[in-house]
Amino acid sequence: MTRALAPHDAALDAVPEPSRLLTGRPSGQPGMKSEADAPPDPRELRDDQVDGPELTARLATTWGTTKGIIGALSTVDHKIIGRRYIITAFVFLFLGGLSAIAMRMQLARSESGLIGPDLYNQLFTMHGITMMFLFGVPIGEAFAVFLLPLMLGTRNIAFARLNAYSYYVYVFGGAMIWIAFMLNIGPDVGWFAYPPLSGPEFSPGKRTDFWAQMITFTEVAAIAVAIQIVVTVFKFRAPGMTLDRIPLFVWAELVNAFIIIFALPAVVTASVMLIMDRLVGTHFFNPAEGGDVLLYQHLFWFFGHPEVYIIFIPATGWVSAIVVTFARRQAFGYIPLVLSMIATGFLSFGLWVHHMFTTGLPQLGASFFTASSMLIAIPNGIQIFCWIATLWDGRPVFRTPLLFVMGFFFIFVAGGLSGIMLASVPIDAQVHDTMFVVAHFHYVLIGGNVFPLLGAIYYWFPKFTGRMMSERLGKWHFWLAFIGFNITFFPMHISGLMGMPRRVYTYLPEMGWGNLNLISTLGALMLFGSFVVFLVNVIVSARRGALAGPNPWDAGTLEWAAASPPLPQNFDRIPVVTNREPLWAHRETLPVAAGLSVENREVIVSTVTAGRADLKETSPEPSIWPFLAAIATTITFVGSIFTPWAIVWGGVPTMITLLGWFWPKADKESET
Amino acid sequence: MKRIAPVLLLVLPLAGCQGWQSALDAHGPAARTLADMFWIFTAVLGTVWVLTMGALLLALRKRRVAGTDPLATDPATERRMTIVVSTAIGLTFLTVVALTGISYGGQRALYGHRDGAISLLVTGRQWWWQVTYEDPQTNRVFTTANEIHIPVGEPVLIKLESVDVIHSFWVPNLTGKMDAITGRQNQIVLQADRPGVYRGQCAEYCGLQHAHMGVLVIAEPKEEFERWRNRQIASAQPPSDPERQRGMEIFMSKPCVMCHQIRGTDAGGKIAPDLTHVGSRRYIAAGTLETTRGNIAAWIVDPHGVKPGVQMPTIQLEPDEVQPLASYLEGLK
Repeated sequence: MTRALAPHDAALDAVPEPSRLLTGRPSGQPGMKSEADAPPDPRELRDDQVDGPELTARLATTWGTTKGIIGALSTVDHKIIGRRYIITAFVFLFLGGLSAIAMRMQLARSESGLIGPDLYNQLFTMHGITMMFLFGVPIGEAFAVFLLPLMLGTRNIAFARLNAYSYYVYVFGGAMIWIAFMLNIGPDVGWFAYPPLSGPEFSPGKRTDFWAQMITFTEVAAIAVAIQIVVTVFKFRAPGMTLDRIPLFVWAELVNAFIIIFALPAVVTASVMLIMDRLVGTHFFNPAEGGDVLLYQHLFWFFGHPEVYIIFIPATGWVSAIVVTFARRQAFGYIPLVLSMIATGFLSFGLWVHHMFTTGLPQLGASFFTASSMLIAIPNGIQIFCWIATLWDGRPVFRTPLLFVMGFFFIFVAGGLSGIMLASVPIDAQVHDTMFVVAHFHYVLIGGNVFPLLGAIYYWFPKFTGRMMSERLGKWHFWLAFIGFNITFFPMHISGLMGMPRRVYTYLPEMGWGNLNLISTLGALMLFGSFVVFLVNVIVSARRGALAGPNPWDAGTLEWAAASPPLPQNFDRIPVVTNREPLWAHRETLPVAAGLSVENREVIVSTVTAGRADLKETSPEPSIWPFLAAIATTITFVGSIFTPWAIVWGGVPTMITLLGWFWPKADKESET
Repeated sequence: MKRIAPVLLLVLPLAGCQGWQSALDAHGPAARTLADMFWIFTAVLGTVWVLTMGALLLALRKRRVAGTDPLATDPATERRMTIVVSTAIGLTFLTVVALTGISYGGQRALYGHRDGAISLLVTGRQWWWQVTYEDPQTNRVFTTANEIHIPVGEPVLIKLESVDVIHSFWVPNLTGKMDAITGRQNQIVLQADRPGVYRGQCAEYCGLQHAHMGVLVIAEPKEEFERWRNRQIASAQPPSDPERQRGMEIFMSKPCVMCHQIRGTDAGGKIAPDLTHVGSRRYIAAGTLETTRGNIAAWIVDPHGVKPGVQMPTIQLEPDEVQPLASYLEGLK
């Protein structure tokens, strides 16, 4: 399938000097010397010296994960960690869905005694934080962890050990909050935890502290992965992958990673200030001592609005990938698509005040945020129009992934348009904090994230497992989900306009909301049923689905050049990219670069803009230390819920594990 | 079929939004401006949705020859599509600018003026509303709870404060909501066009009983309002019949007086609703139970059965004390 690229191969014209890899001649910055400039060690086996099955087998050993429990916990393979990330995020999606079903059962009729206010308040808080922090943020990053190295033509994600650490921190944080909920000490102050309600006076006990530390856990994990994504995209691209050849999905993940890096510190600040108010008696948010409760809201929503785009932007990547593959046409308007993603990323930081329109802010300031909130319709509009144009000029093939993308268009556009209503200060004064808003953001988030996500699962499932999912069950799944979703959430627009606030555990019969709520509950059961079909499809297909082969959809991006499921090394030789859709441009043989070690974990580090091969860098070996460091971190964070001193004594095990992790060690290359 | 279902459903609220807590059943100038804006936005944005989905469906219906290279593009088609997409973006921009303008106009109409013939201090509390009618003559200032009377056709200034957590004051038939924030004061103007009883409810999650934090606004003609106000300013009349007298004695001998005030008696607590004229109010427990003797008795016997988590403690009462007490309170007209 692949062949080594000879120095004067025609494909080279499109590749800006991957020369060192091919000839050993130094290039890069004049006057700069690096390890990689040294001529290759003659004793070291390189991938231009072996070929075929022998090369495949040797690389699989070099990059493989050892068997056994220690091996499994030590792995740094982005595919194994990515798969765990995706499955864990789906487990939380199902838990969040179950808490939603419980709430819908309670609201099905007025004055229902099924669930009391205390449990109900915990349920909607758990639903919110699970969907936002334990599913919404991680799922986009989880796909990046699995797919980015494959799409970029490299062998592992940057900072692979940090990747393992971030996964364990995320799992431990999610487990902590759900265990707290099972013990009836789950948070009950809403996913936003506004003080003074969440402060020491009105929320005694530990419930809110669990909320605050869950934030810390998930944010540490999310920021770590975001940094890996940025570095992987900037430095680990295959030679020849210039900025304008980066797949749209990768651009989406890159923009997403930057939003995460800039938005999440605001909520960590807010939650740490809150927990300090609660644990060590500071008064950041206590008006009686000169604190300010609105400061919290500003900090929270400075994160909270970009959060919506953290959930949505990866989905635009899934949509782009699916639209291009199933329209059988390269993306129309690649540059506008990329620029509008970047514009959305910037604008998302200028909208947060529209969550606070009813707090009595100065009107001129509020109207500025109306304008900026509406403005974001433009980059989103550009994306929608470019996708429709791509389908228009393409030859669409209707398979389940494209079906889910159609569902995305119908639902997300409706949600985006009702968002324009919420952007208006006066209209928001009526519908803010009512079921109308609940309807709106489920249209945006389920339409904008979950539908593309389900499409993405059907699309990449063959790559994850080597087997196809059932199309027949897929179509059942789609129609149940699409109809169930609309039956659940459309009536909420009306119940909100009829005066039903959010976060109420019950309502009086004379309010007249009973029928609408009953319809919503029936729809929710249907939506839940669709997920049962999905689960069955995943489990059955993973065992007995048709074998997929490397490229079952005849897609154009690099991940489809790897085996399904990919071998530990991803690619036997690193591809050289000459086109945005490399597999469509080179249908016979994919040009590759050679010269990497077979015995050591070497990856190519390329230049940021031109994607020119620049250095050979070693990628980390498996290690148990990230797992141990995550346990030490967990002890510190959970301990700090009970005593501030945990930060002091918890530092010791954390430091020890980090020392073990970073202990300087001669790598195999230098030992030989 | 499914594609037109949402459009059909969209028409439903036209018929379904009559209600005593509905944002689209406007009974005041502010609510009417808001309802009009809502329908303008719905019409414009609904059209945008239909057009976009129409374009999508057309894109999918178009049939072309199969088998050509996915990388091949026709420059003429590219150019045509660029023009169409650019036009669509331009139209999006114009729509957004127009809607921003309408929104700004509505905002000025709504929040432009900030005074009223009467001003009220409304304080959000877990989980009820304390209402104080302000007056330059201090002997005409009085406090009540969960029921606001306003004269028809006159703007009434509501000053919003909170003594515990954040609440939000919302009477959708009259105007949009405004938060009552700890440590701050917000203001909102209420005005009703015609007499009526309008229900409102706390719209910011405020803890266990956020669901049961209702408020009634009763708009009545000026003379009726003045009569009501004068009655409210007056202290409670001592009861004349023996059962109610007994009820009053029970009230005064129990912990009730620690929290509740009944003007004209020794009960002077300020942290729970003022009960001076509780019998004249349509609801008790912040819009939860209608004011009847039976409901008052049920509430006193087991407040936590009605509103789990409510601040009011369960008071130990002998079985024969309940009726007189309820009777006394009901008689406080």
